[in-house]
Amino acid sequence: MIEHALNFGYVAVSMAVLLNLWRLLRGPSLMDRVLAVDTMVINVIALIILFGIQQRTTVFFEAALLFAMFGFVSTVAYCRFILRGDVIE
Amino acid sequence: MNFLLELLVSVLIVLGGIFALIGSIGLVKLPELLTRLHGPTKATTLGVGGALAASMLFFFAIEGTLSIHEVLISVFLFLTAPISAHFIAKAHLHEHEELRGDLPSTGRPQGWSTFDGLPEGEGEERPEQAPRA
Repeated sequence: MIEHALNFGYVAVSMAVLLNLWRLLRGPSLMDRVLAVDTMVINVIALIILFGIQQRTTVFFEAALLFAMFGFVSTVAYCRFILRGDVIE
Repeated sequence: MNFLLELLVSVLIVLGGIFALIGSIGLVKLPELLTRLHGPTKATTLGVGGALAASMLFFFAIEGTLSIHEVLISVFLFLTAPISAHFIAKAHLHEHEELRGDLPSTGRPQGWSTFDGLPEGEGEERPEQAPRA
C-alpha cells in the first residue's frame, strides 16, 4: 500500500515542480521568479524524502537538509540584493 | 496493527502530495505576487510537513530506527518559510513603488518603516505618537 501512496506522491509533487517551472519561466516580475525557485526547492525536498522512504534508507536526509539551508540562504541573499544593492554591507 | 501503521503512513504521504500540488496550483493561478505568496508559504510547507511526518513514522514504526533528521528539517522549514516570504514581499514593494499608494495608513506620523525608516530620535525620546483607540 505504501508503494501506491509513494507513486501518487511522486506524481503530485512532480506536477507541482512542473507548475513551479511554468511560473519561473513566465513570471511577470523578478520576485515571482525568486518565489518560484523557493517553492521548487521545497518541492524537491519532498521528492528526496519520498525517495528515501522508497529506498528504506536515511542517507538522503543530509541532502534534504542541505537543500533546505541553501534554498533559504539564496532566497534571502537575492531579496537583500534587490533591497540594498549589496548582500553583505 | 501493522496494516494500520501502513495505512497511516500512506495517508500522510497522499495528503502531503495533495497539499504540495495545491500550493503550486495557487502559485500559478492566483492573480498577483502578494496573493501568490500564500500558496508556497502555507500549502507547500504543509505538504513537506506531511511527507516528513510520514517518513518519521515509517522509519520509527516499520523499520524500527528512530531518526531525528526529519524534526530538524521540518523545524528549519517552518522557521524559514515566513522569513523568506517577508523578504520577498518587502523586495516586491520596493521594486514596484506605485504600490506604495495602496498601503493602509499606519495611524502614526511615520509611514511604513520599510520605506521611511525609523522615526527621529529612536530609543529613549520618541516623538508623540497618536493615542491608541
